[in-house]
Amino acid sequence: MADFDQELDASGLNCPLPILRAKKTLSGMESGKILHVIATDPGSVKDFEAFAKQTGNELMESSEQGGKFQFLIKKA
Amino acid sequence: MSAEKKLAIIATKGSLDWAYPPFILASTAAALGYETQIFFTFYGLQLLRKRLSLEVTPLGNPGMPMPMAMDKWFPVLLTALPGMQSMMTTMMKKKMKAKGVASIEELRSLCQEADVKLIACQMTVDLFDMDTSEFIDGVEYGGAATFFEFAGETDICLYI
Repeated sequence: MADFDQELDASGLNCPLPILRAKKTLSGMESGKILHVIATDPGSVKDFEAFAKQTGNELMESSEQGGKFQFLIKKA
Repeated sequence: MSAEKKLAIIATKGSLDWAYPPFILASTAAALGYETQIFFTFYGLQLLRKRLSLEVTPLGNPGMPMPMAMDKWFPVLLTALPGMQSMMTTMMKKKMKAKGVASIEELRSLCQEADVKLIACQMTVDLFDMDTSEFIDGVEYGGAATFFEFAGETDICLYI
């Protein structure tokens, strides 16, 4: 996994909380900075893709490891 | 970017289960950059109370999954027994907490933080003699014309 600037652990949270928390964290970050999100909600995989597409923030990486979903999002 | 998009929701129901769709959709839409408004009318006004006392009921709701598969064998008439509603509400809240589903209070305050406009139907407030001091701060009051002023320009308009 590439380097990141900030981390958000959304484990145990269900839709739509991981997206809402990510959005909130991204709002406090500068453009070009990278946010690492950890989630356990299986729906978050599609949701983060859709979130990136609609907000213009880039989803650089999306992966799964032992039931945890990891995302790298670059703030637009 | 979709900064210009708009979503309008009419929230008409005042039960715990039906409180979720308007607040989930509105908070998510706001996170996606939508300008969002919810118009609360009739029983939907219950969702604006500072102290929420929302419940779910198995009564007349054949689609509701119940513990021990009671929805399959439990006589429908008995779902009207005193205490059933509060029991089902307690169980539902417990399950939601265990599954990491946000509370209505949390989703509602996330909506407010994200500048989702909450409008209460003035006519219903008058009809039911509701005490607006029991509603959360930041609620605006208006009627059908107020709703259309925004709804007429939206990309998505939902009646829940």
